[in-house]
Amino acid sequence: MNRRPYVRKVERNWWLQHPRYVAYMIRELTSLFVGLYCALLTIGLIRLVQGHAAWDGFVAAFSSPAGVIFQWLCLVFAVYHSVTWFALTPKAMPLMVRGEPVPGKWIVGAHYLAWAAVSAVVLIVAGV
Amino acid sequence: MSETVTLEVLRYLPETDSEPHFQRYTVPFRDDWVVLDALNHVKDNLDATLSYRWSCHMAVCGSCGMMINNEPKLSCHTFLRDYRGGVVRIEPLDHFPIERDLVIVMDSFMDKLSGVKPWLIPKQEKPLSEGEYLQSPAELNVFHQYTQCINCVLCYAACPQVGLNADFVGPAALALAHRYNLDSRDGGKDARAETVASNEGIWECTFVGACSQVCPKNVDPAAAIQQTKISASVDWLKDLLTPGAHR
Repeated sequence: MNRRPYVRKVERNWWLQHPRYVAYMIRELTSLFVGLYCALLTIGLIRLVQGHAAWDGFVAAFSSPAGVIFQWLCLVFAVYHSVTWFALTPKAMPLMVRGEPVPGKWIVGAHYLAWAAVSAVVLIVAGV
Repeated sequence: MSETVTLEVLRYLPETDSEPHFQRYTVPFRDDWVVLDALNHVKDNLDATLSYRWSCHMAVCGSCGMMINNEPKLSCHTFLRDYRGGVVRIEPLDHFPIERDLVIVMDSFMDKLSGVKPWLIPKQEKPLSEGEYLQSPAELNVFHQYTQCINCVLCYAACPQVGLNADFVGPAALALAHRYNLDSRDGGKDARAETVASNEGIWECTFVGACSQVCPKNVDPAAAIQQTKISASVDWLKDLLTPGAHR
């Protein structure tokens, strides 16, 4: 018998063909902004080390309208990334207590609690 | 006139076709029919040349997986009534070569499955005279959900990484590896790591999560893979700090 299996190619726009893939690609895209913000903070630290004038310049750039818009954009994407990631944590880190699985919402809740605690510490240290 | 449903089925006859094409069939609507019943009606009454796999008709054998309106589903587990008023588009599972009509070539999956050594590899073989390898219900509970896999490969059809890299070991095989790694009677984790922790193994997964969403048995392969990533990372770190000591 002559077999002639047909292979269908994956199209370049595969991620547009189902809402779950679109949601996934958005989650992946948001990590770019989280990374960009981390890079900018690192640059800020370098400018701080370089002296007063360098730091002032960095703060001025961050406070400009473009800087503020960029930070808002980063905040929105970081929140989206965190919320979708927290929702997945029960899969990656399931807990068993006395042979029974801990409910997923407890694991997700613990992450929000930790987020709130870390944010509170940062705000206190920053003197807000 | 009684109600009917239109099926749009992807056909591919390797003897005559250079590429697949859609063919429409009109079948009677029955409230208690699943998509597989409609296909059986086509085969028995309209077109005996239509090919597809099925066996148990009760979501146990895992052989009747198809793309139904772009979603990987068991056709025996998918009611026609949920598609009332529209056309039901039926295609072979994505990411597999098409052998004929709705029949896919599964050889690559079978190779990947055997590659993760999905069987018990005892820590220490003992003679029959010493009896069974015992296990408590709590120890069974740790991995029980991963034993429910029926190898229907819906997860492979849902996973974009499988589509983009045909060598990716994939969700079901990695979930089954995790099932044996978690088994208290097993000592084969290192033997499986060669495949599981390779570039084509867990690290090819980007946690899309589609595999778990389409799984008809709630196996949750995405969870298994993320847990394996953590465990493989911990093993790597241990090996780095104390070479050879933890094995």
